[in-house]
Amino acid sequence: MSATTLGAGLLAPARPAALWPTGWAAGLAWIGAAAAISLLPDADDLGRTQELAALAAGFGGVILLAAIGASLPGLAPRLARLRQAGPWLILLALALLAWELATAKYEVLPRPFFAAPQSILEVFTDDYARLGESVWRSLLLVGPGYALGALVGFLFGVAMGWSRLVGYWAHPVVRLIGPLPATAWLPIAFFAFTSSRGASTFLIALASFFPVTVLTWSGVSAVSKAYYDVARTMGASPWFLVRKVAVPAAMPSVFVGLFMGLGASFSVLVVAEMMGVKAGLGWYMQWAQGWAAYANMYAALLVMAAMCSGAVTLLFRLRDRLLSWQKGLVRW
Amino acid sequence: MVSGVNGARLEVRGVSHAFALEKRSLPVLQDIDLVAEPGEFVALLGPSGCGKSTLLRLVAGLEPPTEGQLLVDGVPITGTHPSRTIMFQDPTLFPWRTVRGNAQLGPEARGTLAADSKRIDEALRLVGLAGFAEAYPHQLSGGMAQRASLARSLVNQPRILMLDEPLGKLDSLTRLAMQRELVALWERERFTALLVTHDVEEALLLADRVLVLSDRPARIRADIRVETPRPRRRDDAGLVALREEILALLGLAEAA
Repeated sequence: MSATTLGAGLLAPARPAALWPTGWAAGLAWIGAAAAISLLPDADDLGRTQELAALAAGFGGVILLAAIGASLPGLAPRLARLRQAGPWLILLALALLAWELATAKYEVLPRPFFAAPQSILEVFTDDYARLGESVWRSLLLVGPGYALGALVGFLFGVAMGWSRLVGYWAHPVVRLIGPLPATAWLPIAFFAFTSSRGASTFLIALASFFPVTVLTWSGVSAVSKAYYDVARTMGASPWFLVRKVAVPAAMPSVFVGLFMGLGASFSVLVVAEMMGVKAGLGWYMQWAQGWAAYANMYAALLVMAAMCSGAVTLLFRLRDRLLSWQKGLVRW
Repeated sequence: MVSGVNGARLEVRGVSHAFALEKRSLPVLQDIDLVAEPGEFVALLGPSGCGKSTLLRLVAGLEPPTEGQLLVDGVPITGTHPSRTIMFQDPTLFPWRTVRGNAQLGPEARGTLAADSKRIDEALRLVGLAGFAEAYPHQLSGGMAQRASLARSLVNQPRILMLDEPLGKLDSLTRLAMQRELVALWERERFTALLVTHDVEEALLLADRVLVLSDRPARIRADIRVETPRPRRRDDAGLVALREEILALLGLAEAA
């Protein structure tokens, strides 16, 4: 069997209303993990062990219900996507169990550098207010900065791609300054802006500005001359050519720039929060590390992963909407 | 639309054109003189790369000629105008627009979208794409894409329609069907048609006059009138004789 047919078989939607053995196995694996968490004694005094067990058992129960539902003709189509996740659900149960055994139960991995799963759960149950506030503050910082950088970068990129004059003057500057990591501006930014918030917004904007500019510029430059010819023969004004030909044709490239800019913005956000801003997830992690509260640090890391991934998901949703005319889009 | 003659009279007077390359200029057209009467179907036939498409670009007003003058109904061409549209070899549809979105490009660019809404539907129906108005170009076959491109031109009610090897990349069956459709359309709308092709048979099937061009720089070597009434058959004796004559002019006479 070739690799392609194997892959196709794995990803093909399962036939509806058939027995879902993987689902049963996943549900039982989670319940088994829950039993081990609950019944084996902790090596140290840890909180939230029974809560973690209950959570795992509950999750296993939900999967079992879904496995039953998958055998019912009425529900089967709705569970088709969940069925695809079956192998992952098993792996996650096993991973949780291994993690629990290696930390809480037998302390193979040294504390406090490695936190037990229930310790991270404890952070979420006990410190959610501060975590939530940190997420909010991070979003308030990264959102406007990213949006500003992306907007200016987009306009700048269109101008560079469209106008030879702008391109002539802007190209060397962008080439020299652009590849410089935005964080290198940190000292200047904190000196030039009176508030750390202003400085951070500037740096985050700078980080998203560069990739958006370059990719918008290259997208506009690469637009086929034939498109302009067609529009011109039909009476299009230069403004129409920019708005209705150059910009839409460049959009796929612009979105690559927006995606890269988003990643750059997040990395600047974390650095800025660790250096000067006394709030946000980056600050929380720094603060937790200072107290050797590694569980808090891991919890913040998880939240940050969810936040960044969520932002990228939103961006890709927007792209899928706007660029539905494109073939072969990468799914996020 | 009325079935009178809508086409414009095109005059090309002593036109020469050269491309500026680095340090030297490459002449592509030399002393072209031609008159296309209103509603006439003129084919420009010549070896590939001889400058036929350049002549269309000059008529469209996308570039000014190096020398000479082009006139439409006696008025010199100074730039593009929606009454002179080109259908290119590639459909050049905008991939981010639906078929209808592409067809309405001209009216949208001129701000007459609301007034021309009916004409857009009519053009799509005329090329047989009424049912595909909401499809995107990547969902279309080659022939359908070329039809959409044709609709996009027709919406502007061209008085001179330039066809730059529009059927060159289609499969032979689609090509035959579209040749027939083009003739039907031209008989109905009576625009002046300028067809660039290197297919002798196609030129003879479609055109009133076939202008045979030389190698680059292109000159007009022969102006052949095709009197055969339409609908034409490709095995018509008169057409076969003309075909031999043209092939001989192009230095490709078939050994008897």
